Amino acid sequence: MSTTRRGFLAGAGAAAAQDLAHAKDHGHTDHGHSHQAVPSDPALRVKSLESLLVEKGLVDRAALDVLVDTYEHKIGPRNGARVVARAWADPAYKQRLLTNASAAIAELGYTGLQGEHMLVVENTPQVHNIVVCTLCSCYPWPVLGLPPVWYKSAPYRSRAVIDPRGVLREFGLELSADTEVRVWDSTAELRYLVLPERPAGSEKLSEEALAELVTRDAMVGVAKVTLPKPGARA
Amino acid sequence: MNGIHDMGGMHGMGPIQAEKNEPVFHARWEGRVYALNRATGAWGTWNLDASRHSREVIPPAEYLRMSYYEKWLAGMIGLLVQTGLVTQAEIDSGKPAPGSAKATPRLTPAMASQVVSRGIPAVRDVSVSPRFHAGQRVRARNMHPTGHTRLPRYARGKFGTIERDHGPYVFPDSNAHFQGEKPQHVYSVRFAARELWGEQASPRDSVYIDMWDDYLEPA
Repeated sequence: MSTTRRGFLAGAGAAAAQDLAHAKDHGHTDHGHSHQAVPSDPALRVKSLESLLVEKGLVDRAALDVLVDTYEHKIGPRNGARVVARAWADPAYKQRLLTNASAAIAELGYTGLQGEHMLVVENTPQVHNIVVCTLCSCYPWPVLGLPPVWYKSAPYRSRAVIDPRGVLREFGLELSADTEVRVWDSTAELRYLVLPERPAGSEKLSEEALAELVTRDAMVGVAKVTLPKPGARA
Repeated sequence: MNGIHDMGGMHGMGPIQAEKNEPVFHARWEGRVYALNRATGAWGTWNLDASRHSREVIPPAEYLRMSYYEKWLAGMIGLLVQTGLVTQAEIDSGKPAPGSAKATPRLTPAMASQVVSRGIPAVRDVSVSPRFHAGQRVRARNMHPTGHTRLPRYARGKFGTIERDHGPYVFPDSNAHFQGEKPQHVYSVRFAARELWGEQASPRDSVYIDMWDDYLEPA
């Protein structure tokens, strides 16, 4: 096996190319997409791959169902919002969150894949933090769920580091020249959560009501948390 | 490798298109690809770094054309075939080769839940000395390995300051190629935006990059 593994380095590029070539060929033969110039319908290819792995005893469909259900329904930005609201409501918790984020987040029950090593960076009137992964799509799953398409896209990944203010403007956030912008490029296994500024006027809100205000985008650092306009529904 | 995946600082990629009320998966097959990646990754035949590298080797034009989960699918198939768990013929036909053995144990629902909630820590409790310390001026090495690396091109050769020592972590450059974990210290390194991008950047701004010991040299 170790030879196979080492051989992977040399073969990987060719394999990916071959896979694509196959996909193109089979777009014509297997699935009847005769005018399709790109790889055949991924839905069909995935279905076929899943059946193969199940038949080979490598995968249990029930395990796949659990994984999909977990990320569709159980893990998402509501988790992070509860962390933020707790930090706003409880100064001692906020201190723990800023000094040992993984442990403080685990206090609320959020642990696991892509959140093994967490860091929380705090926005203040002077400092604005924004998180990106220029190399792939690293993102703190246990607190934010799986990343949205824009976070994984070439425009965001290419521009967040060279033009963070322009990126923020595109999200509707204009920062003053006096604000210090800190961009966090998630190149290693540390995962970042932005602790947004608590909005003025939210002093009387309960922790639950505060959590309702916190958006995914604010925890990535491309938005601020705002109070709903009077008369508007949150 | 100096691949298309290393996008930081590139121009011409267009505006950011954020979708309102975006679903977690846009089609059923995306969720299945995601889950298959978790389930096949749980065998331990490869690792996270190898998995990332399997997507980096997708040819640049295809990389840009493919959707996110198409890239995951291509990378996973590459790994399955390269590690010998399935053959290309089996991928093509969707049927196991006659007489091929059934694998055990397969990932059960209980194991799947456990992987999700426990995670796969990359920190290593080993005693390796840090080569740098907080507050120290450093330079990111000007290196261009053809294999996997997490040192982005835009930082190479640039001067920064160590902000914090995160402790020893698995080294992706060796781990992705099954050449050992080579645990070493990872630091948060602050680079002034003007050091990276010149006078066009705000003098107040900075980019923080997590860097392994082997990516750095004393300034």
